[in-house]
Amino acid sequence: MTLPDVAYHRATSLADACRLGEQLGSEAAFLAGGTELLPDYLRQRESARHLIALDGLSELRGIAEDGDTLVIGGLTSIAEVAGSPLVRSWFPALAEAARAIGSPFIRSRATIGGNFCRAVPCADTPPAAVAAGARVRLVGPLGTRELEAGDFIIGPRQTALVAGEVLTAIAIPRQPAASGGSYQRFARRKGAALAVAAVAARVVMDGPVIGDVRLALGAVAPVPMLAARAAARLRGERPSAGLFALAGDECAGEALPITDVRATAEFRRDLVRVLARRALAQAVQRAEGTA
Amino acid sequence: MLLTINGRPHDVHVEPFESLASTLRERLQMLGTKVGCDRGECGTCTVLLDDVPVYSCLVLTRSCEGRRIRTIEGVATANELHPVQRAFVTHDAVQCGYCTPGQVMSAIALLEQHALPSDDEIRRSMSGNLCRCGCYPKIHAAVKSVAAAAVEANDDR
Ligand SMILES: Cc1cc2nc3c(=O)[nH]c(=O)nc-3n(C[C@H](O)[C@H](O)[C@H](O)COP(=O)(O)OP(=O)(O)OC[C@H]3O[C@@H](n4cnc5c(N)ncnc54)[C@H](O)[C@@H]3O)c2cc1C
Ligand code: FES
Ligand code: FES
Repeated sequence: MTLPDVAYHRATSLADACRLGEQLGSEAAFLAGGTELLPDYLRQRESARHLIALDGLSELRGIAEDGDTLVIGGLTSIAEVAGSPLVRSWFPALAEAARAIGSPFIRSRATIGGNFCRAVPCADTPPAAVAAGARVRLVGPLGTRELEAGDFIIGPRQTALVAGEVLTAIAIPRQPAASGGSYQRFARRKGAALAVAAVAARVVMDGPVIGDVRLALGAVAPVPMLAARAAARLRGERPSAGLFALAGDECAGEALPITDVRATAEFRRDLVRVLARRALAQAVQRAEGTA
Repeated sequence: MLLTINGRPHDVHVEPFESLASTLRERLQMLGTKVGCDRGECGTCTVLLDDVPVYSCLVLTRSCEGRRIRTIEGVATANELHPVQRAFVTHDAVQCGYCTPGQVMSAIALLEQHALPSDDEIRRSMSGNLCRCGCYPKIHAAVKSVAAAAVEANDDR
């Protein structure tokens, strides 16, 4: 693919990237792994006349513990998130979500920042991050700011980013004691297929009963959506297959799926029902340390 | 700009928005690398960038300055096929052949990293290379045979 009239800039530092981004405004797009952006040009969903390549910003790559936060740099590859022992110990469901993305050569180039910033409803890592209570760190014309992952994605392909703002990191808080997570997704094949529906869960046990729950639904709403009614129904209850089934029904009711090339809205609701049950069962098992 | 392809420098003029696959095929007439989908879905355009397999349709040539590019044209020597190529022939792992250059590059990268991959590792690491002709069992057997032969050669030493 060759396109005329698109300029290429390579940012040499974060400050340089922000400066270029602010200067070029809506005419520019940041380029990370390009696995979303390049095909979007081909599909005529993207038309920015300037590309600002971020691949020189090695400071935004890597995963490190910082006190009670796990900081995943915005340019960290999806493959690194999937294989990271740190992510696996802090919140394995996020590694599992990353592992589900595309094919190996997509994962090695794609970045977690790109997965968030394109804000495609079927993106895999955002629901897992939302379930974990993650925050998104941004640097740009508004200075340095931090948003809840759920507030960062505001609609299909829409985020809270302003022109010239760079996602520098995804920050995962240390998970509460006696908690466990899960990421369950359905796709047409195991390899290289977009999620038709997905459910991410984090359960915190309070002795024999469920204390707190976060259920984030993926690919069945405009944004990774927290299922509040299902969560309310679960709090204070003893975990059981019957309870998970009720919660699954609530999730199916709360979801706002659409019909598209991959599935009908009805099928997506049915999937959410089943995936929520599985996610809750696994999250509770992990919270109780039996998985 | 200067590109290093199969160990040789190439001085080419490229557009700012030009994929490595386009540069290889359209500017350098290196037609071994195929383009199936041009959007990262099929793997026919697989080349190695600093020994890591990438879809050359999703890589902008501009980002390849100073990096080592390896394509299918560079794997055989003047009169000898690469062991992976030979195995593809022996195992008849080719039907129309369109996916083959990508499959071979992908297999070479795998075998350079793991001399003896398990069946599962072969399947997984080559899952980004589709074959419309459905030669998967033969491709798998070919890759496996190269690994096994390398181990035997090692044992003989
Ligand atoms: C064949 C194929 C299969 C795929 N399968 C999946 C899948 O199963 N699940 C899934 O979730 N995704 C999938 N994807 C989509 C894509 O690979 C991911 O969304 C990926 O994480 C995008 O990252 P990137 O670095 O390539 O982003 P890019 O394409 O470089 O950028 C994407 C967008 O984010 C912006 N951006 C990127 N980084 C930053 C930053 N740090 N700060 C500000 N803005 C930024 C860019 O300007 C652009 O708008 C697939 C893609 C392909 C081609
Ligand atoms: S042509 Fe590049 S992956 Fe299909
Ligand atoms: S041999 Fe025809 S596509 Fe693989």
